[in-house]
Amino acid sequence: MLTTRRLILKAALAGAALAALPRTLLAWPEAAFTSDSADKAMQELFGSTATTASDAITLTAPDIAENGAVVPVTVATSLEGVESIGIIVSENPSPLAASFDLTADAVPEVSTRIKMGKTSDVVAVVKANGKLYSTSKNVKVTIGGCGG
Amino acid sequence: MDRREFLRLLGIAAAAGMPLNRAGAADEAAYDLPAFGNARLLHFTDCHAQLNPIYFREPNVNLGFGSMKGQRPHVVGKALLEQAGVKAGTARAHALTYLDFETLARKYGAVGGFAHLKTLVDRMRAGAGEGRSLLLDGGDTWQGSGTAYWTRGKDMVGACNRLGVDVMTGHWEFTYQDEEVLENIAAFEGEFVAQNVRVSEEALFEGAAAFDEDSGHAFRPYTIKTLGDRRIAVIGQAFPYTPIANPSRFIPDWTFGIRDRDVQELVDEIRAKEKPDAVVLLSHNGMDVDLKLASLVTGLDAIMGGHTHDGMPIPTLVSNPGGKTIVTNAGSNGKFLAVLDLDLDEGRVRDFRYTLLPVFAGMLPADKAMADYVAEVRAPYEDRLAEKLAVTETTLYRRGNFNGTFDQVICDALMSVKDAQIALSPGFRWGTTVLPGQAVTMEHVLDQTCITYPETYARDMTGEEIKLILEDVADNLFNSDPFYQQGGDMVRVGGLDYVIDPTAAMGQRIQDMRLADGAAVSAGKTYRVSGWATVGAQSDGAPIWDVVAEYLRDKKTVRVDQLNTPELKNVGSNPGLSDYTA
Repeated sequence: MLTTRRLILKAALAGAALAALPRTLLAWPEAAFTSDSADKAMQELFGSTATTASDAITLTAPDIAENGAVVPVTVATSLEGVESIGIIVSENPSPLAASFDLTADAVPEVSTRIKMGKTSDVVAVVKANGKLYSTSKNVKVTIGGCGG
Repeated sequence: MDRREFLRLLGIAAAAGMPLNRAGAADEAAYDLPAFGNARLLHFTDCHAQLNPIYFREPNVNLGFGSMKGQRPHVVGKALLEQAGVKAGTARAHALTYLDFETLARKYGAVGGFAHLKTLVDRMRAGAGEGRSLLLDGGDTWQGSGTAYWTRGKDMVGACNRLGVDVMTGHWEFTYQDEEVLENIAAFEGEFVAQNVRVSEEALFEGAAAFDEDSGHAFRPYTIKTLGDRRIAVIGQAFPYTPIANPSRFIPDWTFGIRDRDVQELVDEIRAKEKPDAVVLLSHNGMDVDLKLASLVTGLDAIMGGHTHDGMPIPTLVSNPGGKTIVTNAGSNGKFLAVLDLDLDEGRVRDFRYTLLPVFAGMLPADKAMADYVAEVRAPYEDRLAEKLAVTETTLYRRGNFNGTFDQVICDALMSVKDAQIALSPGFRWGTTVLPGQAVTMEHVLDQTCITYPETYARDMTGEEIKLILEDVADNLFNSDPFYQQGGDMVRVGGLDYVIDPTAAMGQRIQDMRLADGAAVSAGKTYRVSGWATVGAQSDGAPIWDVVAEYLRDKKTVRVDQLNTPELKNVGSNPGLSDYTA
């Protein structure tokens, strides 16, 4: 059973590799990903910086990152009609860390690893039925040590 | 009632001038707790591998701000005695506070020691009746002494098996190499529980072992124990920031975190599936984190905590949407055994009694089998441990938010031996106390320094880098949200004076840094800095204990007149501060 699961995972990864298309073929939102502020990234990606805070979004991220280079983040939502999910790290030089476009049948839950240069709010933005919703959490990046 | 009786008896013993470091009839009676309820949970935590009786001075600085100000555990000295209703000068007051420490330490004698703890545990178990008690160990048990270091924690696994620990969780246990951790857990005869330690997805993918591959739990998250006709669920909560506060390189496959949502899900699942009569979290979060967790999670009857070494004589009751949760913290270094007596009904706690018993070695006869075991595991190392390095004229201690006297000795040793302008030393909360007139032995030095990443360094740092380190540690201690605190105290410094505003924002707390000669530290200038316990990568210098030993052998007599403690700003009057001089 263990082997099976690993095989499935490996197969899934292989599938993902095959499915990865050259950037030029996709609508790669380059301007959004290279924006140097959260507002600019929001504007580029969604055409607006105004979001409604929502309890229907669950953002799972550590309170203090174990390794700022790979911070695990999961965003899930019970909102209907989800079109896309964006993850913004306010204090990063390029704040937009990830953007997922979802098809109508997709389960609105995404997980990824993000890189954080320093302590920052991590904002999950969900576009659903044409409207923007968000929730955020402060993730601390520390130099570590000295624990008692 | 029971507590008052205990105090009364201790009071009588003290008033009569009885030498409390010799067991007498009154002292024996002091440990007779009246039976209450139908289940007894015994809890000790953070003993840091102290197998023999020791001295341990409690802090005179344990600051809390905002909603934490003046609240336990941020209450020291007289303020704590007032909250607990304990009379100054009594044995109990001595156990709980630093007040009149030297006099009372001589009067009441050493505390802790596994042979004495064993006697007390057995007595408490007998008082509860056959099969109606559990012994819980909150962790930080397998590290902290020379023998624990040399045996890679195995001396403590053996001691805990003989003590009869039923359930434990961990923190410093994870500072051995991962396979050693697994060996120790396999040799441990109780159950090791930790809901918040997971095998990382990457490691699982590579085939790393897990308690549950699907959930990712590295260890059993909880256990159910039957006490008479009642059942208790004990969930484990290891120190959430182990791979940050300690080297992750020893345990690369495991990831931690507070995981408060997971705690709630697990409590709900246990309540629905196992239908226990009580659910207890055995926690190594630290008390502030436990208090916040108790306010968020419903369905926990008690959080029995450690990590922050807060010997709190009375429990704190925390309200949450589901009811109330008892939060306790049982101190450190084997000084205390906590007793939580529960009166359990079908699926609920009807009532409870909590008593934090100080373990006075002189008032509890040593258990023969345990004493023999301790002597046996120490035997190969006795000569090395017993080496007298110097004699101290000052009480040497560490515990407190800022430099203790022993920290100052460590910093002075680093500056002297490593030829540095500034020294940095971690603000651990463990480390035993040496009384004036006592010889400072190698064992004392190891008690303060014995970690698995003891290498020292001396390197150039800019003023900006030094400030960054101080700011980072200060935020771990004084962040207004407990979930962003790591526990531990402020980094200790030598050759450096500064002003700290604990209430300021991250990056603004540390001000006016000056060298020993009064010269201001400038951001762009370079300074020679020495330290130890580097978490990120291994340093190349000698182990810290060798550096300190070399310094002490040379000094022969230790006297600490001046501490590099910072000047405090915006603190005002605070029950977490007493007898403080910058």
